Amino acid sequence: MSVETVFALAACALVGIGLYGLIAQPHPLRKLVAFNVMGTGVFVLFGALARRGAAAGLAADPVPQALLITAIVVAFAATAMTVALLLRLIESTDSASLAAEPPADDVGPR
Amino acid sequence: MDGATSTDGGVLLAAAVLLPFVAMLLGMVVGGRQVQRVALAVMPVGLAVAVGTADAWLDGSGPVVYLLGGWAPPLGIALRADGAAVAMLLAVAVVVCGIGVYARSDFATPRGSAETRTSYSYWLLLLAVWGSLNLVFVSSDLFTLYVALELLTFAGVPLVCLAGSGETLRAALRYLLFALCGSVLYLLGAVLLYGGYGTLDIPLLAGRVGAEPIAWTALALMTVGLLAKTALFPLHLWLPPAHGGAPAAASAVLSALVIKGSWFLVVRLWFDVMPGVVTPSAAQLLGALGAGAILFGNAVALRQVRLKMLVAYSTVAQIGYLFLMFPLAYDTAAGRIADGLAYSGGLMHAISHAGAKSAMFMAAGSIYSALGHDRIADLAGVARALPVSTFAFALGGISLVGLPPAGGFLAKWWLLSAAVGGAQWWWALVLLVGGLLTATYLFAVLSRALRVPPAPLVVREPVARSRELATLTLALASVLLGLVALLDLRSLAGA
Repeated sequence: MSVETVFALAACALVGIGLYGLIAQPHPLRKLVAFNVMGTGVFVLFGALARRGAAAGLAADPVPQALLITAIVVAFAATAMTVALLLRLIESTDSASLAAEPPADDVGPR
Repeated sequence: MDGATSTDGGVLLAAAVLLPFVAMLLGMVVGGRQVQRVALAVMPVGLAVAVGTADAWLDGSGPVVYLLGGWAPPLGIALRADGAAVAMLLAVAVVVCGIGVYARSDFATPRGSAETRTSYSYWLLLLAVWGSLNLVFVSSDLFTLYVALELLTFAGVPLVCLAGSGETLRAALRYLLFALCGSVLYLLGAVLLYGGYGTLDIPLLAGRVGAEPIAWTALALMTVGLLAKTALFPLHLWLPPAHGGAPAAASAVLSALVIKGSWFLVVRLWFDVMPGVVTPSAAQLLGALGAGAILFGNAVALRQVRLKMLVAYSTVAQIGYLFLMFPLAYDTAAGRIADGLAYSGGLMHAISHAGAKSAMFMAAGSIYSALGHDRIADLAGVARALPVSTFAFALGGISLVGLPPAGGFLAKWWLLSAAVGGAQWWWALVLLVGGLLTATYLFAVLSRALRVPPAPLVVREPVARSRELATLTLALASVLLGLVALLDLRSLAGA
C-alpha cells in the first residue's frame, strides 16, 4: 500500500467520523468539533493529492497547498464565528440547546 | 476556447466585486452615521456597474471575461459573466438598492446619538452580502466559488441575529451549522474534481470531465452541500425561524438574495461544469425534492399565525420551483442537461422571486412596525391604514402565484412549456397545484386585510413614504418583469 493510499483512507475515515458527529451529536460544541474533524479529513485528502505532482518530476503539486492554506483559514474563521455565536447564546438563554421553544414563533411580541 | 484574454468591459466584473467590499471596509473605518451614507452612496454606483456589465455583454458575442493580473487559466483565475450571471448581477443590484432605501429609517443613526451595534452591522453586512453574491455570479473557478460561498454565509448568519434575542441566536447558530456542513461537502467535491482532472477552472473542467465515478461522487457531494445551504426540502429546517425572526430589512436580504447564491452554484455545476455527467434519475430526484418543497412549504404556510412566518414558509415553497428546472432541462435524446426554456424559466423565477419576496418581507415589516404585531387574524383594516404596503404585498403575491403579466407567470409558463414539450406532465401538475396553494394563502391574508375592523385600527407609528415607495417599486419590478416576453428572446440561455 502506497503512502498516498494510506492518507486517502485516513481522510475517508475522518470525513466519515466527522459527518456522523455533525448529524448525530445534539450539542452545538460537539457538532463544531465534528465539523473540524470532517474539515481535517478534506485537508488530508487535498494534501495527499498534492503528492501527485511528483509523477511529473516535481517535488509536489503546489496548487493544492496554496488552496489548502486558504481553506484552513476559512475553516478557522467559521469555527471562531460558531464559538462566538454559541457564547452569545449561552449568555442570553443559559442553555446551549438548539431545540426551539415550541410556542415562541406562533404568537406574541417580537 | 474563450477565456484566453480579457474582453471589453471585463474590468467591470472586478469592479462589481470590489466596490461593495471596499465600501464595507471604508464604512468599518469611518463608523457611526457615516456607515449608512457610505452604503447608500455606493448603491447607485454598484447599480451603474451592473448596467455597464449588461451593456458590455450585449455588445460582445460571448461572456464578459476578466483575467486577474492578466494570467489565463489554468495558471491564473478568470472572472466570467455569461447571460445568467449578468441577469443576476442586475437583479441583485436593483433589489439591494430597494432594500437600502427601505432600511434607511430602520437602521439610521440620528445626529448626536452614538452608533448602535445593530445599524453599524446591518449596513456592513448588507454590503458584504452584495459583494459575495457578485463574486458567486462572476467566478469561473470552483475554489473561488467556495470562498465566495463562505463569505456569503459569514455575512448572512449575523443578519439573522441582528436583534440579539435568544431565539434569533439559536436560529443563526442552526443556520451556520447547516451551512458549514454544506460547505465542507462542497469543498470535498471540489478536491475530488481537482484530484481527478487537475483543474478547477469551469471551462477547462467542462472540457475534461467525463461520466465516471469520481465525477458522479463529486457532483453528488457538492449538490447535497449546496442544497443544505439553499434550504431545499427536506434540508429547510433552519430557514423559517432564521428568515421569520430577523428584522424585515434583513429577512428581505436573506430570503430574496442569499439563498440564490448557493442555488446559482448548483445551476453552474449542473449546466456549465457537468452537463454530461448528470443522470436522468438524479435530475428527477432533484425535481422531486423541489416538488416536496412546493407542497410542504405551501401547506405549512397556510397554517401560519404570523405574517412574517407565512412569508418565510412561502420562501421554502418557492425554492422548490427553482429546482424544477433540472429535470425539465434534461434532454433525454442527447443524454445531457441542455439550456433551453427550462433554464430561462428557472432563472426568471429566481429573479422575479427576488423582487417579489423582498417586497413582501418589507411590506410585512411595515405592517409590523405600524401595528406592533403581525398576527394574520388581526389584520383587519390594514388595507385602509397602509394602502401602499398592502398593495405591494398583493403585487408580490401575484408574482408568486404566477398571474400574468408578472415575472412569476412568465417563469411558470416557460417551465410548463418545457414540461409539456419534454412529456413530463407530472411537473406541470406540481406547478399548477403549487400556484393554487400560493393563491390560497395570499387571499387568506388579503381578505383579512381588506375587512372592516371591529374597532378603529390604531397605527402606532406612521410608515415613511420612502419605505412604502421602495416596497412598491420592487413589487412592481417583479410584476412588470413578465413584459420581457415582448423582447427579443435570444435570451439569457445562450452562454
